[in-house]
Amino acid sequence: MSNNTEFRTCPTTGLKVDLAAEKLIKVNAVAAVVFLAIGGLFGLLVALTRWPEVHLLPADFFYLALTAHGLDVLLVWIIFFEMAVLYFASAVLLGSRLAAPKFAWAGFVLMLVGAVITNIVVLQGKSSVMFTSYVPLKAEPGFYLGIILFAVGALIGCFVFFATLVVARQERTYQGSIPLVTFGAMTAAIIAVFTIASGAIILIPTLLWSLGYVANIDPILYKTIWWAMGHSSQQINVAAHVSIWYAIAAMTFGAKPLSEKVSRMAFLMYILFLQIASAHHMLVEPGFSSEWKIFNTSYAMYLAVLGSMVHGMTVPGSIEAAQRSRGLNKGMFEWLRKAPWGNPAFAGMFMSLVFFGFIGGISGVVMGTEQINLIMHNTLYVPGHFHGTVVAGTTLAFMAITYYLVPLIFRRELMFMKLAKLQPYVFGIGVAGISVFMMGAGTLGVSRRHWDMQFADAVLPFDYPSAAFLMMGLNGMSAVLAAVGGIMFVVVVVGSVFFGRKLEKDEKPSYPEVPPQSAAVAQHGSAESLKIPGTTMLVAIFFIAFVLYYFVNWKYLSEIWPLS
Amino acid sequence: MSDHNEEVDDNTPDNEPIPLMQRVLDNPFLLLFLGIAVPTVFYLIWGIIEITQIPIAD
Repeated sequence: MSNNTEFRTCPTTGLKVDLAAEKLIKVNAVAAVVFLAIGGLFGLLVALTRWPEVHLLPADFFYLALTAHGLDVLLVWIIFFEMAVLYFASAVLLGSRLAAPKFAWAGFVLMLVGAVITNIVVLQGKSSVMFTSYVPLKAEPGFYLGIILFAVGALIGCFVFFATLVVARQERTYQGSIPLVTFGAMTAAIIAVFTIASGAIILIPTLLWSLGYVANIDPILYKTIWWAMGHSSQQINVAAHVSIWYAIAAMTFGAKPLSEKVSRMAFLMYILFLQIASAHHMLVEPGFSSEWKIFNTSYAMYLAVLGSMVHGMTVPGSIEAAQRSRGLNKGMFEWLRKAPWGNPAFAGMFMSLVFFGFIGGISGVVMGTEQINLIMHNTLYVPGHFHGTVVAGTTLAFMAITYYLVPLIFRRELMFMKLAKLQPYVFGIGVAGISVFMMGAGTLGVSRRHWDMQFADAVLPFDYPSAAFLMMGLNGMSAVLAAVGGIMFVVVVVGSVFFGRKLEKDEKPSYPEVPPQSAAVAQHGSAESLKIPGTTMLVAIFFIAFVLYYFVNWKYLSEIWPLS
Repeated sequence: MSDHNEEVDDNTPDNEPIPLMQRVLDNPFLLLFLGIAVPTVFYLIWGIIEITQIPIAD
């Protein structure tokens, strides 16, 4: 079978690329971008409805749009792109053939059919149960069936990834340990298997309940098991986008992790403890003990958070070490000042790292504290937090690596380069605004998932402070900015993939320019340098922000919940 | 696949034992088992046990 495999050698990176894997990377990436565009459009409609002065959609269409937005961007865009990442990190980085490409295609078809079915059912208007689909809200059977088919397809993709690791080892396409980027992708695949299994455990009975074959689904049981899928699916993203940070650092600077052992241990902390944070969603449920809540929401006493902080230090640290080795030693930040900020892959990746840490990361830990959670549970703070992790973190990182995928995997020159250079900034600032202003509104008590923040029809009216309305207006403006950034991304990527100049065999694209050391992406090994004063300063700023924000929230809690 | 790796392997005596932690991290299926078992035990099973202990209303 291996004799039939066709390879090409990438003229830019020197990587050996299995053509079957390349095709699968392409189709998964294209499907991902299509669903990002659809889901993003629904997101804009949701934000414009939450903007009190605009209040665009009627109530029924708002919940339909919110359901479609959650499904298409939190699940479909992300998982399709992650399949592309898995095939890249296994077959391409290991220089191996992809194991069982036919199964990988079957998985892709199942995912596509499932995503289309669920979207159609949602658009028919009888399944506006939102992404969480909490029982006893009942959707049409096709809603659950579509998600189940999608999940089965993704599971097949994960097993093709694991099988490719086995093939690569047996056929000795690499020696020693797998590269760090592949290890990170493996972490994502492991979390994905737990996620999908949990989804199957709860969604199959819910499908039968929707069909009338099961009389009752216990709501608290549903919620507990559903979040093992719903939250863990976002932890797949974390592992995947951290791998992409390492990949872009290696491909742009030839950067090696400061200590590969430490980075791999940080990924191990993800494997062991990241998924259990699903318990965040159960923090105000009276049926669970504090022991269960605290153990799980502290990511088993913050070991997984420690993993994220390790990555948050070693990724910029590896870039600093690589830049300093090229003579950019002046002062604390010459390495950062002279970084290629006009390269959209680097700009997107670095903003993803900063926003994920400062906005998504800090707010996640604060929100996971049982006591502080009481002041923000089920408010807009929650979507504010996960827009910081999933959109400013994951989506921005996925967009960033796409700027390398188009010339290196699709073999097309990138079009509209000026637009591409601006895109990460427009999208990143827009999304950071969405996150911060939603969190601000949530801290002031604005409810999540509600069509009308003013509760105009409520029997007992509630007046929010005027600052809450300001926050919602700013959130709407930020959403418009993010939508413009999203449209710029789609224009650049779709334009380049379909109309960009096709590269000749062995022709190097004009973008990206990668250093010879970029082969580090497919190697294991460490930079073996700790001369990173700039990164140390950034980490110190992060810790100060973390501590201040943590205590500000305790202070806020003490004011609204006096115990004396 | 890389020169770097070959260099490392060439310099490593064949009989040098591979450290335990490296063997764990090089075993994707052991990690897959751990990555499923830990959240299943601590989040799902423990959580479901707590749900089953909620008294039923009269």
